[in-house]
Amino acid sequence: MRAIQYAAPTTVDDAVALLAEHGENARILAGGTDLIVQVREDGRDTELFVDAKGIPELTDLTVSADGTTTLGAATPCYELYGNDNFCAAYPAIVDAARIIGSTGIQGRASVGGNLCNAGPAGDSIPALIVHSAICNVAGPNGRREIAVEDFCTAPGRNSLEAGEMLVSLTLPSPPPNSGTHYLRFIPRNEMDIAVVGAGAFLQLDGDSITAARIALGAVAPTPLFVQAAGEALIGQTAGEAAFAAAAEIARDTASPIDDMRGTVAHRKQLSYVLTQRALRGALAHAQGGTPSNGH
Amino acid sequence: MAVDEKTYKVVGTQPVRHDGVDKVTGRAKYGVDASMPGMVWGKVLRSPHARARIKSIDTSRAETADGILAVTTGEDYPDTGPGDYMDERAIARNRVTYAGQAVAAVAAISAHEAEEALRLINVEYETLPPILDVQSAMAKDAPIILDELRTETSGSFGNSPTNIAKHIIHEEGDVEAGMAAADHVFERSYTTSMVHQGYIEPHNALAYWNPDGSLVVESSSQGHFGIRDDLSKVLDYPKSKIRVIPAEIGGGFGGKTTVYLEPLAAVLSRKSGRPVKMTMNRTEVLIGTGPASGAHTTICLGVTNAGEITAAKIELAFEAGGYPGSAVGAGCLCAIGPYGIKNFRIDGYDVIVNKPKSHAYRAPGAPQAEFGVDCLVDEICEALNMDPLEFRHLNATKQGDVRADGTKYHTIGNIETVEAAMATDHWKTSLGEGSATKRRGRGVGSGYWMNGGGKSSAVARLNEDGTVTLLEGSMDIGGTRTSTAMQLAETLGIAIDQVNPIVPDTDGIAFTGVTGGSRVTFATGWAAIEAAKDLQAQMVSGLSDYWDVSSDAIAVDQGAFSQNGTTITFQEAAAVLHDDGQEIVGKSTVEPSGAGNTFALHIADVEVDLETGKVDILRYTALQDAGTAIYPPYVEGQMEGGVAQGVGWALHEEYVYDEDGRMRNSSFLDYRMLTSLDIPMIETVIVEVPNPGHPYGVRGVGEVPLVPPLAAVANAISQAIGVRIRDLPASPHKVRAAIASSTQ
Repeated sequence: MRAIQYAAPTTVDDAVALLAEHGENARILAGGTDLIVQVREDGRDTELFVDAKGIPELTDLTVSADGTTTLGAATPCYELYGNDNFCAAYPAIVDAARIIGSTGIQGRASVGGNLCNAGPAGDSIPALIVHSAICNVAGPNGRREIAVEDFCTAPGRNSLEAGEMLVSLTLPSPPPNSGTHYLRFIPRNEMDIAVVGAGAFLQLDGDSITAARIALGAVAPTPLFVQAAGEALIGQTAGEAAFAAAAEIARDTASPIDDMRGTVAHRKQLSYVLTQRALRGALAHAQGGTPSNGH
Repeated sequence: MAVDEKTYKVVGTQPVRHDGVDKVTGRAKYGVDASMPGMVWGKVLRSPHARARIKSIDTSRAETADGILAVTTGEDYPDTGPGDYMDERAIARNRVTYAGQAVAAVAAISAHEAEEALRLINVEYETLPPILDVQSAMAKDAPIILDELRTETSGSFGNSPTNIAKHIIHEEGDVEAGMAAADHVFERSYTTSMVHQGYIEPHNALAYWNPDGSLVVESSSQGHFGIRDDLSKVLDYPKSKIRVIPAEIGGGFGGKTTVYLEPLAAVLSRKSGRPVKMTMNRTEVLIGTGPASGAHTTICLGVTNAGEITAAKIELAFEAGGYPGSAVGAGCLCAIGPYGIKNFRIDGYDVIVNKPKSHAYRAPGAPQAEFGVDCLVDEICEALNMDPLEFRHLNATKQGDVRADGTKYHTIGNIETVEAAMATDHWKTSLGEGSATKRRGRGVGSGYWMNGGGKSSAVARLNEDGTVTLLEGSMDIGGTRTSTAMQLAETLGIAIDQVNPIVPDTDGIAFTGVTGGSRVTFATGWAAIEAAKDLQAQMVSGLSDYWDVSSDAIAVDQGAFSQNGTTITFQEAAAVLHDDGQEIVGKSTVEPSGAGNTFALHIADVEVDLETGKVDILRYTALQDAGTAIYPPYVEGQMEGGVAQGVGWALHEEYVYDEDGRMRNSSFLDYRMLTSLDIPMIETVIVEVPNPGHPYGVRGVGEVPLVPPLAAVANAISQAIGVRIRDLPASPHKVRAAIASSTQ
């Protein structure tokens, strides 16, 4: 490991200027729970850490008059589940924030960092997708927006251009009579990485589903937005039959690999099972209950 | 539950442990805390290839890199001759036999500079396809990993090249007749994966040379004399010129009974003229030290309709790793340990594969060997519709039965342990219902381990205030400073807080074998007893001078000394003798035989998620015969630790390799040991059948609890899902695949 420079800008403009100056060898440092491990393991030729935690816009959690929430990209996970309003509005994101790493890790790790790391198994990403989150990106050419489901491009790669950084995430106000849930399958009960993760969003009119979104983790090179599974639910009666049909679409859409964390057959099966469990959790939440967090 | 009630004052109590305060306050000095003025840092270059010839190593660029003080390669070490491959195991010479093997090392002013310099070493390899499992390695036309290797069978060597380093055979009775007498013959094959001990503290070493040519090494190990002797061999340097200083140890489980970094640090120190410190990171620990062998076993048992085992045929093939020396020998001794079988043949094979050279792990060889036997026993119980504890009771090894190597068992607590299991609340309580998607199962596993004797030394020094300083040669890894001090205190009739146990370096005490084989409380405890007797005899002799009476006239009772109506306490005697100009030191070196065999039985309840294949442990009870439990909470701690490691072995832990022979999961993220949330409170039952081969009845407790969990968990899963699990770990994807295969 070589000596690494460290900078702590206080504005997005200054951070962007540092990224522009140092090119790919500069890395945005949020919680560092992935980045520092990667650098220590020699995975990156990093020369400069640009610490984002000194930039107010990256650590703010604000709610606008229309109910839209803006989540600073470097906001640590514990601030999310420590915020009752956030917990009520974005349960799937909170489900994910509670299981990333351990309690200690959650004091540093951020949802934005989890997203930029672009791991296929990143827990927060399917949760952000089902909440229709939008990435706010700043770069040398100004600002732009990207839907979360379009942000990751390959394992460890995202659609940020040279000199760009993720500033925040815009989370639409949850519609009435809606609910979400995220869960994952891990072999143990903590400190583990998802073999498969599944997030679900449901909006109801009585028993009828009016909107739905489903996303899977760890079954494709990037977290997967399974649009067809959500669309198949619209107009259906919320319940086991509709959930099983959607879960079949999720299973068929999943294109996992065999690796040390799971097999293709197991991940396909888990896509089917977890999609149903995520939908049950989302339904419970939409109906005003609390989903059980069983694996 | 004590079977034989004896009245002890100290033995069996729970005093404050002597090492406790330093450990809870963070003052205890571990290996990594060692430091010296002028110290520099060493790092190891490891082979990325599992099987290759080394054509050349060019270190010239590294030697001139910033901050670099020394570079070492295999050329710097003597040829240690054939047999144990100590030279190549320390650092590769002309070939590598596993990915992770040390190929070169550097010393630099900083650890970062050392790491950077490793990139500048150019090693030219000629790679060869690796052989990664015993069946491929034993195949007729298998490529040969070690060209010079010949199979050793009972001391003689074969003629042709082979990957089988050793073939062990144990035979008793008439196997064919035994099988013929059976109503049913069952035969199944089982596999277990290579697993690591998983000690939390990585290996470490600090080495420096004195101007007189003597070498000093500080490292945390399970035996500083063993480290000294290994160093002497690898460096071809006299033992008397090597001093090894022990440190507190953060876990070893057998894995810290040999050298890895120590010889490299010693040579780098000699070359650089500076004290050299080396530590491993977690990946290095996993790929570069000595895990436990993966194994392939075939078990054949004959049984009568009444459930009596009439004969056993066992084949055990163990992954030795890149050099010979798996624990298959001990596996052969233990395979059928819990079962008294008159007719058996056991074949063991020590097989070279391109994986790290295996090393001891807690009851080395026994878990792999007994796993298959106990799974097959469960299958037999199911077929015969017999209760698995009744079956074990019927077939239990008894006094007078013969072990695989012909040794006759003396007093053992096997039946007592089975009966204690029958009496547990756990066994008497029903398993309870699962749900539509979750099924429950209960499994039983037995365990047997020989326990070790070996050489141990102790010195007991009487201080003028009546306290006793106990110097003992055994590295304390499981609380043995206190458990040996308790035996000394019991013998002298003094309170435990009057004893101060210390583990001196190799110059400060006579030779003592490694802390392993569950032998320390047994053998070093015995040395402490003998040292106490020597001390007491010298006190009597000294008092006879002081009182001017014959020694015979002095009575000793509960530490007090009496003659002619006068009684003085132990403390008063110490003061009197000191004032009289006498300094009293008792000493002892023992090498006792008579280590007590030990038996264990575990009961596991699991719940399996049929949809995902995930296994949760609902309830777990561990029973074992400890002989006399000197410090019962330590015994329980050993039992619980064995369960946690054994359940991890059963459910999650494995070395995962890619086709090039590189370990894919060399971190604790993907090498899955259990966390505190993965196992419930473990219920422990200590059975006490005192060992007649020890003054206080000690057997040894540390190793056997790792044996039963593999089968107990596998049997519980099998019952829950209705499909037999014969391949560990029973990870969720395998369990789910088994469920899917049964419902198709």
